[in-house]
Amino acid sequence: MNRRTTPPLPSPEPPAGAEVREVVDAVARAHREHWSVVLAAVVRLTRDLDLAEDCTQDAFVQAMRVWPEGVPANPAGWLTTVARRVALDRLRRETTLRRKLPLLVDDEPADDEQPTDPLRLVFTCCHPALARESQVALTLRLICGLTTREVAAGLRIGEATAAARITRAKKKIAAAGIPYRIPADHELPDRLDAVLTVVHLVYTAGHVAAGPELTRADLTGRAIELARMLVRLMPVETEPEALLGLLLMTEARGTARMSTDGELVLLADQDRSRWDVKLIAEGVARATDALVRGGGRFALQAAVAGLHVTAPSWERTDWRQVVRMYDAMMISWPTPIVALNRAAARSFVPGADLPEILAELDALAAEPALQSYPYLPAARADVLARLGRSVQAAAAYAEAITLTGNEAERRFLRRRHDELT
Amino acid sequence: MAQYVFLLFDSEEWFDNLTPEEWQKAMELHGAFTAAVEAAGARVLGGEALERSTTASTVRKPDGGEALVTDGPFIETKEALGGYYVIEARDLDQAIELAKLCPAGNVEVRPIMSTSDDAESPA
Repeated sequence: MNRRTTPPLPSPEPPAGAEVREVVDAVARAHREHWSVVLAAVVRLTRDLDLAEDCTQDAFVQAMRVWPEGVPANPAGWLTTVARRVALDRLRRETTLRRKLPLLVDDEPADDEQPTDPLRLVFTCCHPALARESQVALTLRLICGLTTREVAAGLRIGEATAAARITRAKKKIAAAGIPYRIPADHELPDRLDAVLTVVHLVYTAGHVAAGPELTRADLTGRAIELARMLVRLMPVETEPEALLGLLLMTEARGTARMSTDGELVLLADQDRSRWDVKLIAEGVARATDALVRGGGRFALQAAVAGLHVTAPSWERTDWRQVVRMYDAMMISWPTPIVALNRAAARSFVPGADLPEILAELDALAAEPALQSYPYLPAARADVLARLGRSVQAAAAYAEAITLTGNEAERRFLRRRHDELT
Repeated sequence: MAQYVFLLFDSEEWFDNLTPEEWQKAMELHGAFTAAVEAAGARVLGGEALERSTTASTVRKPDGGEALVTDGPFIETKEALGGYYVIEARDLDQAIELAKLCPAGNVEVRPIMSTSDDAESPA
């Protein structure tokens, strides 16, 4: 039990008469930017995720009440101090009850708050002993501070399902003794890869949301913020920077993915003048740096994205170089999806042997991981159409249509299908 | 005298809806069972309650491949339970590292539940 004295509430700097609107905005911004920092610091103290969440929430509620007198100069510091004070009060009152709960395993003294504490939270949420779907839900909840309802909406799952995933994951963390710790150097590559995969999944969930609209800006924005946080907290690692570059370059094409009448536009047909040059510039710089310094799988994926966003047109894309990146990926990350992307890229190299590539795609159909993956029949359909085999191409598009869960993608595939029949 | 392991299987649904009174009752039944064993001239050499199967992790070791950690209990039916260890480790990370060293094809790592007097009822 922690016995240090309660710190005094920091006195807010009064920039006279902050408007209500400004205060609401300031609290909302602080919630978005500092939730994980505050929560991570409180978890160090409570070693109990639920209690820490309550105390952090309480600090934001107090901010709404106190900040109208003046928004503090250091909102994160203010919120952390208040949340930790709430936690200390709660801990004193609940000592007897708490002794019965399994506590998070943390080997360092609770008073030793560190700027890298949010990383502990990230690695705990993305622990390999939790199912991937739980890692994603828990990351959105604990790192991004989303409510269960928002998590459910973002991932397009029922609220009860989201709640069950989050609750079960928290119970497992406590009962099974998943530690609140940044992994040791020898564990870091695997553990970091799991974290980056989760961030990428959050982005993808936002980017191709299985619903009427193609993107959910909030989740894509959250994923980019998560990637930025990882780059800031782990500057020596190259893969977080690669992931950030990849996400920024994907984001740069955002609005061009939809036509004015709301139809999906493929990369090949996008109006490249609508791409966001600022995001591309940062994305390319990040990707290049990560490729030079490291060259892990996200760096290779970012390199592919970089080759696309810097090409003047689809036809003039350096497809040979794209294929080389997929070749390198097949060495370190030989998954059926990489094989599929590599085959698709090869089909665009001038003078490609399309019948041979079609045979490769057909062989991939046996992969269990691609059984209900809509991009495989879509890729086959595209190659078949270019070979002039319209009937088979139409059948492959029809198959892709039944597999995609995204409305805009379905309409796009339907158009392609109808053009052939 | 020969030695035996008793493996206890119960509905987790029942367990999830347990009231503190029912938990107390269950603890008493286990106390009575231990007494009955002693009364029969046999001995309880050890035993623990386990946390729910949802807190389990499984370490799979494919032949020659890298060990794979997954969430949840070991549910294949081809393999049979062939032994057990009770290990005290720092945390789940260490337990998983040790499970990888354990000479078995698959190891389910399940936390032991605290059933001491001041432990919280799982209900």
